[in-house]
Amino acid sequence: MTEGRLARVVIQAGAALAMAFLYVPLLLVVLYAFSKSIGFSWPPSLFTTKWFAVAFRDPDLMTALLNSLKAAVVATAVALVLGTLAATAVHRYRFFGRESVSFVLVLPISLPGIVTALALSSAVDQAHAAGLPLSFGIVAIVLGHATFCVVVVYNNVLARMRRTPGSLVEASLDLGADPLQTLYLAGTTQTLPLWIFNHIRLPVDRPIVNVVAMLVLIASIVPVWIAQRLAGGAEGEGVTAIGTPRGGAAP
Amino acid sequence: MLLASSLWRLNELSGQVEHVAGLQNYRDIVTGPLYRIVTRRTLILAAGVTIFDIALAFPLAYYAARIASARLRPLLLLLIVMPLWANYLVKVFAWKTIVAGDGPADALFRVLGLHIQLGTSVWSVWLALSYLWLPFVVLPVYAAFERVPPSYLEASSDLGARSWMTFRRVTLPLVLPGVVAGSIFSFSLSLGDYLTPGLVGKTIFLGNLIDALAGIAHNQPLAAAIAFIPMVIMAIYLLIARAMGAFEAL
Repeated sequence: MTEGRLARVVIQAGAALAMAFLYVPLLLVVLYAFSKSIGFSWPPSLFTTKWFAVAFRDPDLMTALLNSLKAAVVATAVALVLGTLAATAVHRYRFFGRESVSFVLVLPISLPGIVTALALSSAVDQAHAAGLPLSFGIVAIVLGHATFCVVVVYNNVLARMRRTPGSLVEASLDLGADPLQTLYLAGTTQTLPLWIFNHIRLPVDRPIVNVVAMLVLIASIVPVWIAQRLAGGAEGEGVTAIGTPRGGAAP
Repeated sequence: MLLASSLWRLNELSGQVEHVAGLQNYRDIVTGPLYRIVTRRTLILAAGVTIFDIALAFPLAYYAARIASARLRPLLLLLIVMPLWANYLVKVFAWKTIVAGDGPADALFRVLGLHIQLGTSVWSVWLALSYLWLPFVVLPVYAAFERVPPSYLEASSDLGARSWMTFRRVTLPLVLPGVVAGSIFSFSLSLGDYLTPGLVGKTIFLGNLIDALAGIAHNQPLAAAIAFIPMVIMAIYLLIARAMGAFEAL
């Protein structure tokens, strides 16, 4: 170790402080979920589970939760397919505009959320005006989320493909596997983002890029700005869909 | 599409959007003092959030990458990214309740003997945003720390450098791109966020302005034109970040 004792103490204290900063607010939310009173008072008067019952009995809330789930699943599926296809294309083939694919895909995520949302909402507006069957509501929400997620999947898959040795694929083909088998046996185990969970458990590789990517993917399933902006026609589904997945915090 | 609609204008009488191209919206932005004030305020907020996040992320990433044992490290990483799984609004509301009058923050300050009330001030927004983006900053910094080759550190100490010297001359330059990469996230996310300022605080930031113009005021052209302010800022920021090698650290 290269650090002096004092430096280590300072670093440990700083790390502890940062972790506390991350977790105290979450603990408070959990605490409030069990609070007896309706408002947020401090200290909260514990302890009741009635808000969970209320939450689960509320049909609006359950529809909202279901809508969130539906949007998340579809957006993830769309992003997985499109992202993987784009990554494969960029990795395997040379074509016009190949260099800019990455930039174009990254753009929505690197711009401030409100900008992307505004661009999307005016695009939806125009499409609607042009007579395309696209309006505000759950489809638009899914599209919005998918825009965010594609880039994450793309980056992730591309990074893994670059790391997959070409010899592995060749060996598989030499041994008589058809392309699909190769994809399944050699490709997926090497590229599928889901495999990062192995890497969390076995930190042999450099898991970090993939961990980041996967988490951004999960996190971007539920960002609010797009949904809020696009929920216009869907009886405010988006708006209620957001605040509620965690049962009782808002009595 | 955004560019095109930013060039249209709103007919003041009918309230309809006229599809006539013109630079009127941009002239309004440049001449109107309101937009300049809000832009400056948003920039200061984003910078403040970024600095606070780096200050918190640096020791945490250092600890996770270098000091924590091999068994603790994956657990620590998981704990760092876990808050990302919690819903955005849940976290914002958590902060709303923390800083609210007679809330936990007030109680804490009272115990410390301070007469501070955060309430709906800019400081509350600053805290909430810092909280939201902290994991995004920790991860690139952690990755940068992990990428510092141990052989460099050994070489440095073999050459007679003390630990502080090694940190300053070897570790810090190598980790800096990671810090810049992390700052891209906190900076751009703070620049565009409009829900947190609206929910936790009362102050108007760029995001709120765009949202209000596009929504309540129905002036999509002006909103689109204003949306170019954070875009231009981010473009400049990204160029600087690229010059500092942050893109390799992502």
